[in-house]
Amino acid sequence: MQERVKIPKFDVVGTRPVRPDGADKVTGRAKYGADHNVAGQLVGKVLRSPYPHARIKSIDTSAALALTGVKAVVTRDDFKDQSSEFVPAGEMLVNYRDVLRNVMAREKVLFEGHPVAAVAATSEAIARAALRAIKVEYEILPHVIDVVEAMKPDAPIVEDGMITVGVTPPPTKPSNVAKRVEFVLGDVEKGFKEADLVIEREFNTKPVHQGYIEPHACVGSVSEDGTAELWTTTQGHWIARAHCARLLGWDMTKLRVTSSEIGGGFGGKTVVYLEPLALALSAKTHRPVKMAMSREEVFKASGPTSGANVWVKMGVKKDGTITAGEAILKYQAGCFQGSPVQPGCMCAFAPYDLANVKVVGFDVLSNRPKVAAYRAPGGPISEYAVESVVDEIAEKLGMCPIELRLKNAAKEGTKAAYGPKFGPVGMVECLEAAKSSPHWNGPLGKNQGRGIAAGFWFNIGGETTVNLQLNEDGTLTLMAGTPDIGGLRASLAMMAAEELKIPYEKVRPIIGDTSTLGYNFVTGGSRSTFSSGLATVEAARSIIKQACGRAAKLWEIPEDAVTWDNGEIKPAGDNAGKFKPMKLSDIAKVAGKTGGSIVGVGAISAQGAAPSFGVHIADSEVDPDTGKLTITRYTVIQDAGIAIHPAYVEGQFQGGAAQGIGWALNEEYIYGADGKLQNAGFLDYRIPVASDLPMIETIIVEVPNPRHPYGVRGIGETAIVPPMAAINASAARATGVRMFELPLSPPKVLKAMKEAKKA
Amino acid sequence: MKHHVTTTINGDETEFLCDTEQTLLDCLRDELELTGTKEGCGSGDCGACSVLLDGRLVCSCLVLGVEVGGKKIDTIEGMATGDKLHPLQRKFLEHAALQCGICTPGVLVAAKSLLEKNPNPTETEVRYWLAGNLCRCTGYDKIIRAVMDAAAEMRGA
Repeated sequence: MQERVKIPKFDVVGTRPVRPDGADKVTGRAKYGADHNVAGQLVGKVLRSPYPHARIKSIDTSAALALTGVKAVVTRDDFKDQSSEFVPAGEMLVNYRDVLRNVMAREKVLFEGHPVAAVAATSEAIARAALRAIKVEYEILPHVIDVVEAMKPDAPIVEDGMITVGVTPPPTKPSNVAKRVEFVLGDVEKGFKEADLVIEREFNTKPVHQGYIEPHACVGSVSEDGTAELWTTTQGHWIARAHCARLLGWDMTKLRVTSSEIGGGFGGKTVVYLEPLALALSAKTHRPVKMAMSREEVFKASGPTSGANVWVKMGVKKDGTITAGEAILKYQAGCFQGSPVQPGCMCAFAPYDLANVKVVGFDVLSNRPKVAAYRAPGGPISEYAVESVVDEIAEKLGMCPIELRLKNAAKEGTKAAYGPKFGPVGMVECLEAAKSSPHWNGPLGKNQGRGIAAGFWFNIGGETTVNLQLNEDGTLTLMAGTPDIGGLRASLAMMAAEELKIPYEKVRPIIGDTSTLGYNFVTGGSRSTFSSGLATVEAARSIIKQACGRAAKLWEIPEDAVTWDNGEIKPAGDNAGKFKPMKLSDIAKVAGKTGGSIVGVGAISAQGAAPSFGVHIADSEVDPDTGKLTITRYTVIQDAGIAIHPAYVEGQFQGGAAQGIGWALNEEYIYGADGKLQNAGFLDYRIPVASDLPMIETIIVEVPNPRHPYGVRGIGETAIVPPMAAINASAARATGVRMFELPLSPPKVLKAMKEAKKA
Repeated sequence: MKHHVTTTINGDETEFLCDTEQTLLDCLRDELELTGTKEGCGSGDCGACSVLLDGRLVCSCLVLGVEVGGKKIDTIEGMATGDKLHPLQRKFLEHAALQCGICTPGVLVAAKSLLEKNPNPTETEVRYWLAGNLCRCTGYDKIIRAVMDAAAEMRGA
C-alpha cells in the first residue's frame, strides 16, 4: 500500500535502485564502530558512579596502575577545565564546560553512570580488574529525579550556584531551572475571551532512549609526534573532531576522524562520550585504545530525550476556529542544561495558523544522564500535548478531527508563533490525503478506536562539502561527509546521476574522513539528503562546466560556444554541428591532456531548508481485561517535498512511527527511590518488536521545496512527532477514557478504565 | 590457560584459542575477525548476534566459545554463495529492508533459519519468529515484506 500522490518527471530521482552500500551490509562486510581493530590495541573501560549525586572527595588510581597489564588511567586531573561557551551540535547547543564534565566528572558525580575514571589495559579482564582497584571517596548528596520536584525551592541543587537565565529581574537564589524561554504571538487573553470552549490539560511524559542497536564504540590512536586517528560511530565526525581537539587542547589538523558505518543514531550520536577518553588514554600509552559501551552503559550514560510536564490551554469558537493556544513546558535536561525545550516551544502550535499563541518553557536539571538529541528533539513532547487537546476539542464540538485541523491548518504565508512566515508547506495536502485514505475510511473492530494527529518539524541546512571526481573511464566517485545513517549514499548518487545524465551505477558514493574533505556539520536536523544533495548538485554542475571548458579547448572555440544538452557536450551558435558531440566519458579520457583531473566541489552553507508536516492515523485495540493496547492499523502521511528514493522515505516514515509507538505504549526510564535506573536493558526497556506492530502504511505527499533543485525537504524527524497524540486519541476512543500520561502501559490504562467505570 | 577449540564455521574447519569465559560472539569477532555478527546487548535480548549452531538459531552472546568444539556454526559471512547473494539478502536490498544495517546480519540469519523450517510462513509467523531481532530503524514493515517475498521466490511461487 505504498501510494504516491504526485510523480515527478525525472529519470533517476523517484526510482528505487539498490543502495550502493547494500551488499556490504547484507553480507556482514560493512565495518561499524566496534568492528575495527588496530594491531597492538588496548582495551579501554570506564569506571562509573554508583550514585546519582555525590561530591568526589578523592580518586586513588595507584592500585589499578600497579596491576600487570594496566597501561594507563585517566581521571578529571588529565583534562584541563573549559570555559562556559555554547557551540552548536546538531539541533542543540552544547557548552564545553558541560561537555567536559559529561565525559569525565569533576567536582561531583551527577547521575548514576557518570564517568569517574577510564583505564587502558591489555585485556578486557584486566581492564575490569583495574576498575575495581580504583578507590573513589564520595560524599553522597541528596538527589532529585522528577522534573516538577526539581523545580521546587527546596530541591537539591544539581549545579551549584546556577541562576535561571531569561527571568527579569534575575533570581537571587540558585535553582535547577537553567533557562526560561517564551514565544508570544498576539494576545492569548483576548483570544480566550473570544472562545466558546476552553480546554486546559496537564500532561506528563517519561524520558525515552533513542535505542540505536549499535552501542557507542571507537578506536583512538595517538602517535609519538602528536598526530592522532580516531575511528568512531558518529553522526558527525567533524563535530567529534572539534570536541576532542578542544577537550584535549590539540590542533584540529592533527586529529583525523573517520566515521564508521553507523548502527543507528537518531540524534544520540551527535555528542562525544568515549572518544576523548580513548584518545587521552592513547596519548598516555601511544598504543591504540579501543572502547565500547555495554548496553547497560548506553542506557545509563548516553541519550535519552527529556521527560516532561506540559500544560496546555486552548480556546475555540463553535465553528472550530481556534482563538488561542497557550502552553507551559517543563523539560528535563538531565544533569546539564540544554534540554530541547526551545524547539519544543517553537513546534507546539506550529501546525496551525493562529492569531494568539503563548508558550513558556523551562529547562530543568535533575540527577539523570544529560539528554541528547532524539529525532525532532522537543517536538514530539509538546505536540503530543497540543494535539491531544485538539482531539478533545474536536470531540467536544462534535467535529471531525480532520475538518477541525483543516479549518486551522498552517499554509503558505502563515506566520508561525516562533517567527517566520511559512513558504509552500504540505499540512493541508496531508490532511486531505488522510481524509481520502483507505485507512480513515476503513472499518474498526470491537474494542478498537481510531485517532489522528498532525506533526511538524523545522529541518535544517548548514555547512556541507561534497567532492565529485570524474574518473578516467567516465565513472564518478562522490565523497560526502554527512554520515550515511540509512540510505544517503543512494540518494546522493541518484541526484548526481540525474544531474549528469549518467547511469546511477556509474556513481560510487563514499563517506570521507575529516582530513580528506572540507567541513561537514552533523547528519541531524533531517539535513543530510537536503544539504549534501545541494552540494552534490553544485559539484555536478561544476563538473559539467569544466567538461564544457575542456571541449572548448579541444575544438578551439570559446567556452561560451559550448553547451551541455541532456548529457552531451555540443558546439553551439555559429559552431553548431561543426564538431561531434562529446560525452563526459570522452572528456574524462583526455582530461590529463586538457588541463588535469576534473573534480567538482560543492562547499556550501545550505540555505532554504523547508519544514515537513505529517499526519498519522492510528487504530488501537484495548484488551479490557489487561489494559494492553495493540496497534492494529497505522498510516503515515507526510510531505517529503520530492522523494528522491521513495523506499527510503517510506522507511523513515515507518521507522519514526515505530519509535513513536514505543514511546506511546512501552518505553520509559524507570528510577527507584535511590535515584538509580531500574530498566537499563532491552528486556525491561522494551522497544517495539516485530510481533508488536502491524504493517505501517505510507502516503508520500509531495509539495516540492522551491529552494532545492530536486524539491527535497528533510523527512527523517517529522515522522516521530504525531504518533503519541494519534495513539492517545485512538486509545481514548477504544477505552472510552482520556489519558494524559505516557507511556500508555497496561496497568495505567486498566486503572484509568476502572476509575472511569466507577465514576 | 586458553582452550583450543576445533569447529566448523561456514563449512570450513576452524581452530581458535579462547578463555573459559569468552562467549562464542567474542570468539567470532575478536579471535576470528568475523565481525559480521554484531553485539547489540550481550544479554540475548536483541538478536544482533544470531548464528546457527548445528542448525539451531542461537544468540552467540549466550553461548561460550568452549561449547562449540566439534559443532557446526553458520554466520552471516557464509550466507552468500560465490558471487550469488542468498535470496533473502537480495530481497532485503530490493525492498530497502535495512536502514543502518546493524541488525541486518542477525535478522538474515534468523530469517534463513525460519525458511528452512517453514518455507511458507504467514506474516504473523514471520513476525513472531523475528520478535527476538530488534530493529530500531525500519518499523519491520519492509523486513517482513522482504522475508515473505524471498520465501515465495524460494518456493518457486
